Amino acid sequence: MTDKMLDIRNLKVALPTERGTLNAVRGVDLSIAKGETLCLVGESGCGKSLTATALMGLLPRYAKVTADRFEMAGQDLTAKTDAKLAKMRGRDVAMIFQDPTSALNPTLTIGRQLTEGVMRAEKLSRKEADARAIEMLDRVGIANPAARLTQYPHGFSGGQRQRIMIASALMGRPKLLIADEPTTALDVTIQAQILALLGELQADLGLSLLLITHDLGVVAAIATEVAVMYAGRIAERAPVKDLFRAPQHPYTQGLLAAIPVPGLTPRGSALPAIPGRVPGLIGTMTGCAFRDRCALAGAECSQDPVPRHSPAPGRFVECYKAAEVAA
Amino acid sequence: MLSFLSKRLLVALLVCVTVSALSFGLMFLSGDPAIAIAGSGGRAEDAEAIRVAYGFDRPLVIQYLDWIGSALTGDLGQSIYFNVPVTEIIGNRVGVTLTLGFISFLVALVIAVPLGIAAALRPNGWIDRIALVIAVSGQAIPSFWLGLMAIVVFGVWYGMVPISGAETWQGYILPVVVLSYYAIPELMRITRSGMIDVLATDYVRAAKAKGLPMHLVISRHALRNAVLPLVSLAAVQLGQLLSGSIVIESVFALNGLGRLAWESLLRSDLPVVQAIILILSLLYVVLTTLADILNAVLDPRLRGAS
Repeated sequence: MTDKMLDIRNLKVALPTERGTLNAVRGVDLSIAKGETLCLVGESGCGKSLTATALMGLLPRYAKVTADRFEMAGQDLTAKTDAKLAKMRGRDVAMIFQDPTSALNPTLTIGRQLTEGVMRAEKLSRKEADARAIEMLDRVGIANPAARLTQYPHGFSGGQRQRIMIASALMGRPKLLIADEPTTALDVTIQAQILALLGELQADLGLSLLLITHDLGVVAAIATEVAVMYAGRIAERAPVKDLFRAPQHPYTQGLLAAIPVPGLTPRGSALPAIPGRVPGLIGTMTGCAFRDRCALAGAECSQDPVPRHSPAPGRFVECYKAAEVAA
Repeated sequence: MLSFLSKRLLVALLVCVTVSALSFGLMFLSGDPAIAIAGSGGRAEDAEAIRVAYGFDRPLVIQYLDWIGSALTGDLGQSIYFNVPVTEIIGNRVGVTLTLGFISFLVALVIAVPLGIAAALRPNGWIDRIALVIAVSGQAIPSFWLGLMAIVVFGVWYGMVPISGAETWQGYILPVVVLSYYAIPELMRITRSGMIDVLATDYVRAAKAKGLPMHLVISRHALRNAVLPLVSLAAVQLGQLLSGSIVIESVFALNGLGRLAWESLLRSDLPVVQAIILILSLLYVVLTTLADILNAVLDPRLRGAS
């Protein structure tokens, strides 16, 4: 096995709908090294949450998931994925969700919700499990943790609940943490605190972190690596500095151009936007999914397969025109 | 929890007072009870004598206070028709109704809840479709017809069970089947829809993400939240099963409270009717209060404490 905490190749998720098969994830490659933070960015509906949910094996039964390679936390899950994932969930890999208000069960105490996973998986006694819960709550910055174990979620604020969710995810001492837009439902000031906390925990515990977001500010704050997802595929993947400095995919360029820069973007001026709309993903698609919105698109862009350039190790871009963009 | 309890019990007490006054007053809306007791051939003097003898000539408020006062001491008056204490008549009949109601309720729950859960786990699957057929037919088929058909098939044709009466336990089989079949659809549908809602929540997904096995996700996380509406409905259903089996008791010739209420209405046996209405309304108050308390035990948010 490699030092990679996650290595997937050609992950596909297909969902049957009344109008045909929705190919929501169309061959995603992702890898995360030990201790690395990979941000998966993209707009709503690009398949980033489905990708994360598929990695946890938590998609509904009707979703069809396939991958050519599926390795996680040092184990090969390519075959018998579901059965193996069932044993790894909450232990080797854990997940936190977008909305901490709905991710905690309102009828159970937070102590119960924190401890129930490890008490089963590691055969811990109530005392041992409580001790670990107190340690984790303390770690995520919940004051007076011992007393709060017996309280219910409605006694906590949104930011505290997300801290509790993080503590809950850490209970099984996972190697890989998947965070699906963990700050989207929070106030801006709380967002910064939660991001700082995730970064801190990631460094302290040597966690590998897969963070899903549509917020490039979040990416700049926490990522070491970035994968930009568009219409079910990774358009570009690069170390965070390279991506912000020299994006090589026209879509990434468009995204970065749409961020206002305080002091530089003139007041009252319209921000540049990417024209057109995201293509529908029902049925099969050939060529580059971005070509209808791309200023550089040419005849070759409707051909399969879209070439993948790798200008440096750990970096790739899927585009016929990558050379023009980089120039 | 304590303030929740005291508030809830105070409300229950107020409902009791209102309900008892209403049930007492309603009887006088159906006509002059003295004339009804005197019968169609009775003379005006007879009615007047009856009015004085039973105290119907006194103001309604006094009559109510008198009635409720003795009811509180356990005296529900004398039956006009039988001339024995009402409590004695009711005591003789209540056993059959309680047995029938509780057993039917338990049978309905034991079938409806697992079926509702199974249907919710795979919506539009074959279990869900069978459950839907059961629910629709259960709601569409009148219970008196189903009761009569059951008697014809299992009592008359096959002779497997007695066709009427409750002298042996076998006599309860058909009434329980028919009555629980009437109660199952609603209980099952609310379990199903509650479970479908809860299974789609983030906390169920989070429970799976913790690595909990499916049976724990369902029993600990999903069911606990899905039963909240079920508890409220079940309390009302139990009340209906205990009070509303007039039709079933008549069809199967069971001497329960429902049949007694019907007979007493025909006989204008006012004290018995009043007592039954009072008991059944109080039963509803007790059941809904218990349901609210049970829900508060299950859901901390309802207790108003953190």
